[in-house]
Amino acid sequence: MAQAAAANTKWWSGGKSPFNVEYGKLMMWYFLMSDTFTFGAFLIAYGTVRMSSISWPDPNHVFNSFPGAGHAHLPLVFVSLMTFILIVSSVTMVLAVHEGHHGNKKGVVKWMFWTIIGGLAFLSCQAWEWNHLYHQGAWWGRNPFPNADGTVATTNFSNFFFTITGFHGFHVFSGVIINLIALIMAQTGVFEKRGHYLMIEKVGLYWHFVDLVWVFVFLFFYLV
Amino acid sequence: MEHQTFGGEVTIPHHAPTDEAKKRIWKTTIILSVVTICELALGYWIYSMHQSGEYNHTLVFALKGIIIILSLAKAFYIVSIFMHLGDEIRNLIMTIVAPLLIFIWFIIAFLYEGVSWKDLRNKYNPKEPVKYEQTTTPSHEGGLK
Repeated sequence: MAQAAAANTKWWSGGKSPFNVEYGKLMMWYFLMSDTFTFGAFLIAYGTVRMSSISWPDPNHVFNSFPGAGHAHLPLVFVSLMTFILIVSSVTMVLAVHEGHHGNKKGVVKWMFWTIIGGLAFLSCQAWEWNHLYHQGAWWGRNPFPNADGTVATTNFSNFFFTITGFHGFHVFSGVIINLIALIMAQTGVFEKRGHYLMIEKVGLYWHFVDLVWVFVFLFFYLV
Repeated sequence: MEHQTFGGEVTIPHHAPTDEAKKRIWKTTIILSVVTICELALGYWIYSMHQSGEYNHTLVFALKGIIIILSLAKAFYIVSIFMHLGDEIRNLIMTIVAPLLIFIWFIIAFLYEGVSWKDLRNKYNPKEPVKYEQTTTPSHEGGLK
């Protein structure tokens, strides 16, 4: 990485941004940090309740279906697909940011388009999964899945699952909308007129954060 | 020194957009994919142990620990490379990362609390109530112990 900024630059002597980022990007970072605490609190609450329970439903027996696969027992397969969709859409986002550094409008529009497609694919997967679980009898306050040791489970499992994946899904949804607005602005030449594609970087930060949260939702709900 | 101005704010460009940056993106993509596949492999290993009945608690605990560490590695790569936090200046990184240290307390305190509740539940499990022997002769104080 070409580090144009020399190490001995006096950042706090005035006349320049002491953190070397413009205001919007800095504030996006602080928003994401506060959002980390929100998700962290949710996941830690889930962990605490799960730890305090004598037994807990086995995720491999709850999340074992795949669209069109009927009653085949396929643990982890569908959620792996969702995880890879989100990783790929994160890569297309970072490529859009990269094209933005070059000031390449066509490239930004292309990669933003694929990012939005990835986001919509993820949301569709989640809608399918929620619908499937709903028809199995799971919802807030209802849990048809027994504990791993065969005892009757409380509704904690469904409550946490729908709340946390719902909150994450809402982030994905708003991310798709924000990406769409950024795509339209790029297409109509707003950023070109501004002379920089910093808005794409800020939107990108939010989108990567959504992927980052999914790493932990995937980890704590499906894997361990 | 080269300057750039965004809405009156003067910053110095971090990274010259080069093909090097693109190479780094692909390298990170491969790392994230491989780590995810490793996590899934370990997840299936735990699942197969559940199925076969040869359930080794220590091994499962260790495997889950490894999966969590792998996820933290993924988080590091996403934040550092994809979100370019690694390219920002140190003071900015610290204002983001230092507040997150409170998670160390947050996680330990709350999970400890959860385990404590489970121990109490196991001790006073309503399904298997603790049986008290009813003594036929009342104790000297006359109270039921």
